[in-house]
Amino acid sequence: MNLLLEIGAEEIPDWMLAGALEYLGAAVGDLLKQHQLGGSAIRTDATPRRLVVRAKELAARQDDSSERIWGPGKFAPAAALDGFAKKQGIEREQLELVSDGKVEKYTTLRTIAGRPASEILAEALPQLILKTPFPKTMYWTGKGGDRFIRPIRWVVALLDDQVIPFTVAGVTSGNESSGHRRLGAARIPVTCLTYEPALRANYVMLSADERKAKIRAVPTKYKCDNELLSTLVNLTEWPTPITGSFDPAFLDLPKEVLITVMRFHQKYFPVETADGALAPQFVAVTNTDGDPDGLIVRGNERVLRARFNDARFFWDTDQKRKLSERIKDLGNVTFQAKLGTYLEKADRMDQLVIALLVYAAKPGEAVTANDIREAKGRYAFGPDSPEFYAVRASRLSKTDLTTELVKEFTELQGIVGGLYARVQGEAEEVATAIYDHYKPVSMEDAIPRTLTGRLVAIADKLDTLRGCFRVGLIPSGSKDPFALRRAAQGIVKILAEGKLRLPIQSLCEGDSQLEEFMAERVRYYFRDIRGYKYDEVNAVMASGWNDLLDVEERLAAVREIRPTENFEPLAASFKRIRNILKQAQFEGGSFLNTGTSLQEKLLERGAETELYLAFKAAQVACRLLPDHLSRLDSISSLRPKVDVFFEKTMVNAEDPAIRQNRLTLLHMMLAEFSQIADFSEIITGTVNTKNQETK
Amino acid sequence: MPEQPNIEKPTFQEIVFKLKQYWSDRGCIIQEPFDVEVGAGTMCPETFLRVLGREPYRTAYVQPSRRPADGRYGDNPNRLYKHMQLQVILKPTPVDVIEQYMGSLEAIGIDLRQHDLKLEEDNWESPTLGAWGVGWQVMLDGLEITQFTYFQQCGGIDLELVPAEITYGLERLTAFLQGVDSVYDIEWTRGVKYRDVRYNDELQYSVYNFELADVPTLWKLFDIHETEAKRLLALYAVSTEQARFPLLATYDHVLKCSNLFNTLDARGAISVTERVGVIGRVRKLAVGVAEAWTSQRNPAPVEHTPVEEQAA
Repeated sequence: MNLLLEIGAEEIPDWMLAGALEYLGAAVGDLLKQHQLGGSAIRTDATPRRLVVRAKELAARQDDSSERIWGPGKFAPAAALDGFAKKQGIEREQLELVSDGKVEKYTTLRTIAGRPASEILAEALPQLILKTPFPKTMYWTGKGGDRFIRPIRWVVALLDDQVIPFTVAGVTSGNESSGHRRLGAARIPVTCLTYEPALRANYVMLSADERKAKIRAVPTKYKCDNELLSTLVNLTEWPTPITGSFDPAFLDLPKEVLITVMRFHQKYFPVETADGALAPQFVAVTNTDGDPDGLIVRGNERVLRARFNDARFFWDTDQKRKLSERIKDLGNVTFQAKLGTYLEKADRMDQLVIALLVYAAKPGEAVTANDIREAKGRYAFGPDSPEFYAVRASRLSKTDLTTELVKEFTELQGIVGGLYARVQGEAEEVATAIYDHYKPVSMEDAIPRTLTGRLVAIADKLDTLRGCFRVGLIPSGSKDPFALRRAAQGIVKILAEGKLRLPIQSLCEGDSQLEEFMAERVRYYFRDIRGYKYDEVNAVMASGWNDLLDVEERLAAVREIRPTENFEPLAASFKRIRNILKQAQFEGGSFLNTGTSLQEKLLERGAETELYLAFKAAQVACRLLPDHLSRLDSISSLRPKVDVFFEKTMVNAEDPAIRQNRLTLLHMMLAEFSQIADFSEIITGTVNTKNQETK
Repeated sequence: MPEQPNIEKPTFQEIVFKLKQYWSDRGCIIQEPFDVEVGAGTMCPETFLRVLGREPYRTAYVQPSRRPADGRYGDNPNRLYKHMQLQVILKPTPVDVIEQYMGSLEAIGIDLRQHDLKLEEDNWESPTLGAWGVGWQVMLDGLEITQFTYFQQCGGIDLELVPAEITYGLERLTAFLQGVDSVYDIEWTRGVKYRDVRYNDELQYSVYNFELADVPTLWKLFDIHETEAKRLLALYAVSTEQARFPLLATYDHVLKCSNLFNTLDARGAISVTERVGVIGRVRKLAVGVAEAWTSQRNPAPVEHTPVEEQAA
């Protein structure tokens, strides 16, 4: 038999359809499986007004099954047997004697008749439907009533042509679907077989792929944008694209503004000319079957004209006050209730940009408050140096929040500031930095184009992170209202891809939660974006991650040395060394408190001395060699000596002084070579387990 | 197809008449605009208070809605300090509410067969009223013409019967039907433009709200209305005659506070730190009235204490 379930609802938000279908398909699949109802080719579809699950080859009813009923034991009195048999509705003679695995008991097999699929589905579907996960549900039948994303108005539930009878949220299931709101019939009787053609005849194209193809089939060449395309597919039951145009005079406005109005406010595709410039045209997708008289095109054109006029009005109004005159207005714009205004944020960002400049000027060195104060005097008041531009850009970066254009098109924050800075005669370097400073807005987005932009972007994100962590607004689970993960990820991406040697860990100001949060983003970045193995990332970060460029160099070296024959066994030995030291509670000091330096005279001839000499040689080599890879190579070459040492030498010697000396040797090796990576973090497979067992 | 001559297109007031007639035919009480200044039709007692409780109610009314910050001195073709909403409340929501709504568009001369209509998610929330709901913005050929909201909570109270609130933006709808680009070019009635009727309001209130409103005076007024609303709410709590207590009058003062807040905000007089606090003050009053209203309509059952216990 075929199954059809159609939940007919008032318009479901477009972005929620995919999640609902994913759940419904899986839930129906599980239900059929759980009740052994067969079923194949489970297919889900959705339009704004319906969520549909279909399946083929269902069993009309479950197979009969049997259940063994256990009665009294072998030696039970006859009366007990009679009682048991009577209860089961059979004669005493029909009972069997079977072992339950321990003792023999009287028993019988009871046949359980399989239930009809319709009955099982009728019982389960209402709850299954109501459990569909939606981000924000509503009730509509009265307080305490069932909840769904929007009111359910009809339900089609059929096995072939038979209705599966149930009631959900006050709606009784039936065989009547509903067509397109304006073009189709309100009530359409269907069966599993006629369903899709019947919908089509009533202007509902059930398949999202088909709707997508119809939208793509417009003759006008537009720049397709998959996100918008998917929105429009999910907003329409019978999509028809139309092409409209606008007065080319509007092309004077920045294309960012025009595109935002079309793309985000009107859900239109912008059209490009052959040479890639913006054309005075747009493609709108209607939910209807055509526009023979051009009424719809004219309506959309009028709306767009009004929107563009608004934008022009805002642009002109905004020019009456320069960004530099708007700085103090930021005192009226909240950044976050506990963190004050954007004016306060801008002040903090200025400080941070200066600190970043100082750090960048002397990589790897400590920076004092005095350095920053001194630098501030130098940078903030000109001349037109890169440093001056950075501070200027930071100062002006948030002022566009007070402009009409950004109040209207918030998604253009930063971009509008950059455009205004340019027309108001700020240096190009400053304008570009402001324009870019919200970047990257996602992992796919590019980082700011210029160094100045990168510094301002980092200062902005870092200030948000520090502030939020300071007042306890820390993301937990999927809750991240201030997009702090994105901010931290942005910093990591800018540092790594912008090749900036800035001390990311130091910039966390010793806030251990923020450090851990940032470390997690660093880990994510190198693992999921750059493709390093997670143990390599852990090993390298365990040796420090303050300088992400250095992290990346070390990672590259570890990745390259890893397949060589000596590396993994050596890594296993390091794990062993670490365990030995841990067991001896040797923490860089001495378990005997007899001093920490190694005494060469206590070294045993043979394996121990050889290891020591090889270690000393490698240590020197590591200092002289120019790059991490050759250092790792030199360390790896120790492997045979380490192996022989562990084979021939007892670390836990009876003489405490010798024992101490050996632990010191191991500790020195571990400390020396852990500067590149903590090799004990490397997962080494079988060798590793064996060593752990013999530690 | 040539544009139809303007004479056949409905005027602003004809659209109002037709919508009122349409909803009157569907059982709505046709109310006149509420006579205290509000930012939206939702704030009128006909919506804010009537959606509470278990009594079914249907009403429709035009509400001039004041948004001081949206004033543009009459210069902007699409933005108004005071615009007109036609507000419909259907409590509880009929199952064919969207079909009824679509019928209302046909009633004012929109042949839906020839247009593109979409319902796009748009949820509504009013922090000052402690109210929220879910719904859509209704898009006609790319123009937002209506807000459609299923109320879920009002004055912080979960609603017993879920009402549908349909709010038509009358200027936009008329501009659409008349095919004009500026609201000021709308024909209000034959031979009279929207500009002729409303331009002075837009200009003068913009001057007042942005330039001349005296901030200390507005604050003083805010405090006076807040104090009065609070005083009344406190009196209600201990009143022995709650059934006749003037909660409607109390609510007027809450609305005054709300409008004063909006005016102060437009004047740029509310600092960041104050803002959340002031919204909270208005909400507290609104929630207080909503709770009192609910208890007034459904008095809590009087608990009878057995005589013996009283004696003990």
